[in-house]
Amino acid sequence: MSTVSNESINSADGRSPVVRRPSPVDTRFAQLVIFINSAVPLSLLGWDWYHHHLGANPTEFATRTTGVLTLLFLILSLAVTPLRKSLGLPWMIKFRRLLGLYGFFYGCVHLLTYVWFDKFFGVKLIGEDIVKRPFITVGMASFVMLVPLALTSTQKSIKRLGGKRWNRLHRLAFVAAVGGVIHYYMLVKADTREPIAFGVVIVLLLTYRALNKFFPQFTQQQPARVQAQRH
Amino acid sequence: MLIKKPEDIKSSEITDNKLYLSRRLFIRGAVLAGSTVATGLVYRRFTSHGEEGQSGEKIADVQTAPPTIQPIDEKKTPYEDITHYNNFYEFSTDKLAVADKAKKFVTRPWTVAVEGLVSKPRVFDIDDLLKISPPEERVYRHRCVEAWSMVIPWVGFPLGKLLDQVEPLSQAKYVAFETLADPKQMPNVSTDVLQWPYVEGLRLDEAMHPLTILASGLYGETLPPQNGAPLKLVVPWKYGFKGIKSIIRIRLVEEQPPTTWNIAAPREYGFYSNVNPEVNHPRWSQTHERRIGEFGLRDTLMFNGYADQVAQLYNGMDLRKYY
Repeated sequence: MSTVSNESINSADGRSPVVRRPSPVDTRFAQLVIFINSAVPLSLLGWDWYHHHLGANPTEFATRTTGVLTLLFLILSLAVTPLRKSLGLPWMIKFRRLLGLYGFFYGCVHLLTYVWFDKFFGVKLIGEDIVKRPFITVGMASFVMLVPLALTSTQKSIKRLGGKRWNRLHRLAFVAAVGGVIHYYMLVKADTREPIAFGVVIVLLLTYRALNKFFPQFTQQQPARVQAQRH
Repeated sequence: MLIKKPEDIKSSEITDNKLYLSRRLFIRGAVLAGSTVATGLVYRRFTSHGEEGQSGEKIADVQTAPPTIQPIDEKKTPYEDITHYNNFYEFSTDKLAVADKAKKFVTRPWTVAVEGLVSKPRVFDIDDLLKISPPEERVYRHRCVEAWSMVIPWVGFPLGKLLDQVEPLSQAKYVAFETLADPKQMPNVSTDVLQWPYVEGLRLDEAMHPLTILASGLYGETLPPQNGAPLKLVVPWKYGFKGIKSIIRIRLVEEQPPTTWNIAAPREYGFYSNVNPEVNHPRWSQTHERRIGEFGLRDTLMFNGYADQVAQLYNGMDLRKYY
């Protein structure tokens, strides 16, 4: 605590041009804020469950809600790169792993509600579902794709795999998110507005990536710090 | 902005490190608490379902069901659950939100036109219609196509009694039903989630079956809007969506009439839509159901447990083909 604060006090004197300027945001604190906020939906879900406030069909509500949260967090983690590049805020990269892991975590809870409260750990029933019900097949496949991503989310894994290979592997996050949207779309009876909205956001994020590859001059903003050095 | 050089700042002006730290801690605490509360409110905003809906009024002189209707020995689903877990897409596609969205629904004055291939077509005022036959309590299983179920004490009378009043002609083979579609009162009617108005149909012999009722109440009280006030169809051996709500028109016809869910997804929802654990929905199994209020799953029964009374209606029919 004290070392962090000393650092910011020192930088406030404006006399240390050589010393690396700390990012304008204390990313460690921002991570803590995101970490705690991301746990809020699950806490409230648990609270409502305990107090019987989930309505007539708590299982359906919990499954639906955790499913939507999984998609939401996957999309948030995929939005980090476009946001940080287009807004010129490089420190946002610090939030990507956290948001992605939360996506995986909500995916685990989502899967657990299905395996436990819907199938009561019936291996045969689940197996039949995976084979016979395309929306379960797609959902399960999307979840399985997230597992290696969660396992290789550490700094060590990035080093071991090498940045390039790691990046290529983690493009699977897009595939999993698209799979999640298809899973959701196939499940609803008639009201497809919500899954389509998620799909549109993913398409926008993918479009950004494509544009960024070919026209980075339009899609990226240099971080303020670098611009200052140029002048 | 005036930026003082360090030597210009008197040591008395420099904020004490302790105070600086405590203020910083205070701001951080506030950011953390504030954002947590905000996230909680956003979560609540997206998951809340509004206020309580309309409540019903007591129906006078409700009779017990005739002895030919077997009573069922299963626990009735609580009123709260029956009235706050509704599929009524005209109001909302969120089952938990329908009660709130429908709370201002006006059900008087209300008329029901009974027309088509009948000798005495007539537009009934709802209160006259409800006097055709004394209200009976009918405790029925209710099985939704989404694989959940309830036990509901309806109040109603056999549809056959109404049809007798208008005297169907011999060409009449089917009965077509229509729900009100009023975009002023029903917010979802202006979307294209389904084709409006909601329409349903029965074969005439299904419509005349003594189990088939027009319900105007549940638990001895008039239906709240979310359950289909003022008048809904109840066909207990069919999936719940056949039980069309807030009926304004009943038409006797010669050809099998179109039905809303069949139009939306013909492969998934047939005209008959009898409860059948052996014919799965293309996307999910129909072998089990979750009884609302119970933790585990129940086996789904053929014709929802009414096979001995209705199976003969479908003698010789391939129920896989006529799902």
